[in-house]
Amino acid sequence: MYDAMLAETVTITGHNGDEIEAYSARTLGAGPVGGVVVLHHLPGYDRQTKEFTRTFAAGGLNAVMPNLYHREAPGAAPDDAMATARASGAIPLPDERIVGEVAGAAAYLRGLTNSNGKVGVIGHCSGGRQSFLAAVSLPLDAAVDCYGGHVVGTPPQGHPLYGMPPLVDKTAGLTCPLLGLFGVDDAAPSPDDVATLEEALKSNGKTYEFHSYEGAGHAFMQVDRPNYRPEAAVDAWQHIWDWFGRYL
Amino acid sequence: MCTYLTEKVTVSGSGKGPSGWFKLTDASVYFDHPVHAQAEHTLNIDFLDPSAGPSARVAVELTAESARELARAIQATLDSAPPGLIS
Repeated sequence: MYDAMLAETVTITGHNGDEIEAYSARTLGAGPVGGVVVLHHLPGYDRQTKEFTRTFAAGGLNAVMPNLYHREAPGAAPDDAMATARASGAIPLPDERIVGEVAGAAAYLRGLTNSNGKVGVIGHCSGGRQSFLAAVSLPLDAAVDCYGGHVVGTPPQGHPLYGMPPLVDKTAGLTCPLLGLFGVDDAAPSPDDVATLEEALKSNGKTYEFHSYEGAGHAFMQVDRPNYRPEAAVDAWQHIWDWFGRYL
Repeated sequence: MCTYLTEKVTVSGSGKGPSGWFKLTDASVYFDHPVHAQAEHTLNIDFLDPSAGPSARVAVELTAESARELARAIQATLDSAPPGLIS
């Protein structure tokens, strides 16, 4: 199997036609193959998420991860960028902007010479919520939500997300099959939140598959972090490959 | 979980970052996922000068317990400063 890949920092066109930094990882195989938009977690556009992005290319897909904090801190170290975004009040990032960045990333993937035109989206943590957001807002072919909190429920007054209608209310607009990967010990999303989301998917007749892991909490796929659960993460990766294999 | 909540404080003083000392104008305080500390959530403080760019930052990530102890120590130190030193 020809498994050559190219991974590099690129510039893509994102929300509002703005140029933003992104990390691209592409298989050099002739394809045609599907593409994956990777949405990084709240701590930022970091080494671990770039490694996660490269994994898709190593497995024969194309992938691109927009730097969601590019506008706040272009060229900054990922943790400095997150801190700058936080200090300027930009976190949580506006939903409209996230959708625009994903749309731009999807166009980038579809424009690659070995693209088969299919695009999926995957995110962790805040990226998991954003993955669901993208899947109810854009025409996509597959979505993966890794423990995204605040898809369900109404945050309390004073919370930055207060007043926004719960994303689960938009489930009817889901454009693609959804894979959900959750930890049973996670508080956000809690097992009740996951059940509520599942009910919405069922009642709207959506194609989905959920896996909740015992002994795993939030961020169980995050390497280098104390919440990493290798057994759950390995199984979750298997489901991710199976999902994208089916739909991309 | 991502808590998103951030307390922002105006500060005055100096901090020592990767490039040396710089003046501080702001601090962000939040209890959320750390980047380096080995804990699920930490009390994170970013001492900043936004006008000098994102790298003008001194960052700490503390367990909740040690952050409370630090807060206690800060208060105790100020309370016990010799009279007249703090205007």
